[in-house]
Amino acid sequence: MLFTCMFQHFGDPGKMKDYHYTGPVEHKFSPYAFNGGTVLAVAGEDFAIVASDTRLSEGYSIHSRDSPKCYKLTDTTVLGCSGFHGDCLTLTKIIDARLKMYKHSNNKTMTSGAIAAMLSTILYSRRFFPYYVYNIIGGLDEEGKGAVYSFDPVGSYQRDTYKAGGSASAMLQPLLDNQIGFKNMEGVEHVPLTKDKAVQLVKDVFISAAERDVYTGDALRICVITKEGINEETIPLRKD
Amino acid sequence: MKPNAALEGLFNGGNTPKAMKTGTTIAGVVFKDGVVLGADTRATSGEVVADKMCAKIHYISPNIYCCGAGTAADTEKTTDLLSSNLAIYSLNSGRNPRVVMAVNILQDMLYRYHGQIGANLILGGVDCTGNHLYTVGPYGSVNKVPYLSMGSGDLAALGILEDGFKPDLELEPAKELVRAAIKAGIMNDLGSGNNIDICVITKQRVDYIRPYQESQYKDNRKIKYKYRPGMTPFLTEKVVPLKLEVVQESVQKMETA
Repeated sequence: MLFTCMFQHFGDPGKMKDYHYTGPVEHKFSPYAFNGGTVLAVAGEDFAIVASDTRLSEGYSIHSRDSPKCYKLTDTTVLGCSGFHGDCLTLTKIIDARLKMYKHSNNKTMTSGAIAAMLSTILYSRRFFPYYVYNIIGGLDEEGKGAVYSFDPVGSYQRDTYKAGGSASAMLQPLLDNQIGFKNMEGVEHVPLTKDKAVQLVKDVFISAAERDVYTGDALRICVITKEGINEETIPLRKD
Repeated sequence: MKPNAALEGLFNGGNTPKAMKTGTTIAGVVFKDGVVLGADTRATSGEVVADKMCAKIHYISPNIYCCGAGTAADTEKTTDLLSSNLAIYSLNSGRNPRVVMAVNILQDMLYRYHGQIGANLILGGVDCTGNHLYTVGPYGSVNKVPYLSMGSGDLAALGILEDGFKPDLELEPAKELVRAAIKAGIMNDLGSGNNIDICVITKQRVDYIRPYQESQYKDNRKIKYKYRPGMTPFLTEKVVPLKLEVVQESVQKMETA
């Protein structure tokens, strides 16, 4: 590494470097960066859980070990966003402003479904220079039942029971399909998910993700949303 | 000149398989009585951890060991080839090989391949001329140094080595220095992790301590994930009896973390 980089600049061996201008030179600047991180949301009968790891990384380095990706929007809704941290911050600022505007015009707080629809239009408004963010909204709907809405970077969304997003999503989603959706199994009783079992499952699933995904680790922030309010819990994960 | 250009044509524009790189932290220190080599045990394939307990310190000869960073297959095969060649030399001459010989053979081979073999190696050993530590890069460059680190975590480890190295260290401080250097790489570099392996080479003996320090992060999942027989749906069943007699039975525990 340190010693071999000087050899990579040699062009054709045995030929003098040509110094003539060959036209416009293209420099590669990318407006995006990938800062890693995984988010997960689960909807229960009368609760919702949004969880994310707290590691912020770039390349092979760590920027921060304490940068949670769950953002509290209202008393009944939490947004989890991972991807490019710059876009995550800007997007959450825009959403906060729009929530305030709605509150002032309509004299009521936005519901989870309304926030989801609004986020979809905000994301699509940047269709040709997208926000590089994978969003998952978790909250309670108007009837008090748990709701999860998952998005792609340009605003396509749907309501789910559970969803994983971010760098370890491909590892977590099949496990959730099996344990919460009872997929690929037969002869199992479909017991409804209790809050405690769901929280323990989320913790276990992140421990597994931290074992095999380099971008996931450090700590896990879990936000449990019930009609009493939002309860936050932080547990440590692997730091290596 | 791309090494695997022929391979790409077979995938119809899809993804070619990515070589497993070790994304490593390896370090070596020369001390009073010999050489200490250290390495982490994580092998990554892109952003996924492929192996949590891979061995990066390779045997070359009874008095020479080699740490490898870069493409996993390249480091393993190169060191195996070197080890075989030196074994033949030992049998012919009746002597233990010298570290410079290993270095020259490696340099020769890697230069011939012009960097296509992605092996960044740290060679350490003790021979009749003294205690030596060398590094060989993928293009064939060689450096003889008293302490060194390589891999994606080399800068993190080098900080610790630069701070703590002194000539003629004793054994325990040298082991502790290498352990701290690898630990810095493990904590600060995403490509390194899990346990620390150490190899101490002296004139009298070699101590290959694997693992020297186990990772402090034990998985503590609370729910038991058990799948009873009958949970997997099957569509058709065909039973073919095999008449076998048990000749040998061995049990190897699988890494289930």
